[in-house]
Amino acid sequence: MFIANQTDNPVKNTTFKVVLPFYVYAALAFLLATIFLFFSTSAFTQHYFHPKILAITHIMALGWSTMIILGASHQLVPVLIEGKLFSTRLAYVSFVLAAAGIPLLVYGFYQFNMGWPAKWGAILINVAILAYLINLAISMVKSQKENVHALFVFTAALWLLLTTFVGLLLVFNFSDVILAKDSLHYLPLHAHIGFIGWFLLLVTGVGSRLIPMFLISKYANTKLLWAIYFLINFGLLSFILFFLFFHETAFYYLPVTAIVVAILFFGFYCFSSYQQRIRKQVDEQMKISIFSLITMLLPFLLLITILGWLPAGTLNAKWVMLYGFLFFFGWITTIIFGMTFKTLPFIVWNKVYHLKAGFGKTPNPKDLFSNKIFKVMVLVYQAGCIFFIIGVYQSNIPVLQLAGVLLVLAALLYNWNVFKVLLHKPVQL
Amino acid sequence: MNVITNDPIKCTIALAALENVMDPEIGLNIVDLGLIAQIDFDRTDNKMYVTMTLTTQFCPMGESITGTCKKVLENTFSGMDVQLELTFDPPWTYERISEEGRNFLNN
Repeated sequence: MFIANQTDNPVKNTTFKVVLPFYVYAALAFLLATIFLFFSTSAFTQHYFHPKILAITHIMALGWSTMIILGASHQLVPVLIEGKLFSTRLAYVSFVLAAAGIPLLVYGFYQFNMGWPAKWGAILINVAILAYLINLAISMVKSQKENVHALFVFTAALWLLLTTFVGLLLVFNFSDVILAKDSLHYLPLHAHIGFIGWFLLLVTGVGSRLIPMFLISKYANTKLLWAIYFLINFGLLSFILFFLFFHETAFYYLPVTAIVVAILFFGFYCFSSYQQRIRKQVDEQMKISIFSLITMLLPFLLLITILGWLPAGTLNAKWVMLYGFLFFFGWITTIIFGMTFKTLPFIVWNKVYHLKAGFGKTPNPKDLFSNKIFKVMVLVYQAGCIFFIIGVYQSNIPVLQLAGVLLVLAALLYNWNVFKVLLHKPVQL
Repeated sequence: MNVITNDPIKCTIALAALENVMDPEIGLNIVDLGLIAQIDFDRTDNKMYVTMTLTTQFCPMGESITGTCKKVLENTFSGMDVQLELTFDPPWTYERISEEGRNFLNN
């Protein structure tokens, strides 16, 4: 017997007005990052602590990856917590402050001027993240539902705030000595809290919800998700401890092993979801999202190699550069490609057809973008990444320029498809 | 898939109409997906009561699907008051997908 227990859908979708600006900002930031990369190819034959590389890294980390994740997160939080987002006003505050702060910070890096633009940029970004965290926390408390996916997102947001706060300290440390050592020393700490605590934890938490949902899979394994959650947090906490208090490189194998095991567990989780899927056909967006699991492992395998070179002092800066590139361009961007065209068409479809559904046949969300452009974009992007890796390895500027052209082209194709979805006009029903 | 009803003829008409309501992500109609649990009719008050579910309790397309169902039924049974309620007890499972639905998803 069925028990009719509610008249409303439990999930209250966040308004598209809050979510879409994040997607637009991220798409344009991605294009800007690739253009900067194209015009800064010589910087990639030098040290990674280069003003232009710092600027590009922060456009990729904040303007592209974090902004699109924040946008998607405002849409997905109700799905994850089985409730509604606490405040759309706070979501707007997050967007406006981050949108204003990121260019200021990037400008500071590009000019290598850690004066007021960089400082105010860092402050605005921190307040934006704090607003996001408060919104998330109150939404979770109000929903009163406990689930592991929501905890992943909340913990990731806490780590994000710590990342941006350490970043703020590093910016201020350039002009006023507030830390025991120079800012370059703390760069690995800042970077890895962001890599592991924010990106990895969030992608595994949200991915473990979305991948089975989009595959229409029967698979569920909460115990495995708790193990992944524990391993990632343990790995990061132990790394911070070793970085601050013990300076023995060999210790770092412990956190790296924990993270690699967590990724393998997550891979197993996704593979099991794939095997137990109901729908046999898997679309291109899910294929690329699943492919990103392989690219997820690459930077960490490179990190193990880097750790091997550290004690002997034979580490070449280009490996660190490639590590960062594999992280942002190899993994994060690949999964964003897939998930953009799984989430954005739904948001726009809901906006355009919500009131029209039921009066005739509406297009499906997947009809709102061009799958052909998507496929070409992925191929061009992958070629660009491969040429970039070769270019950095050989310190070969023409190859880096070729890579830059391909990455700009991929970003243009991404923007084309994103704006095709955003500017979709309703078909006459 | 079994739908509980107190009026099999009207229920068949209602289900035929609801076959036009699609889950936009899956591309399968909600009847073959097994989302409709019960359809009852109250002749004296000219009301119909539909109890349905969603594939997950936190389905982001839920508002759109339930809204469309209501409109389709109001169009089909002109003048009838459509009362639509959601249930997640018992939760939807894959076993509720019809034979036709399974064939569709396997191809």
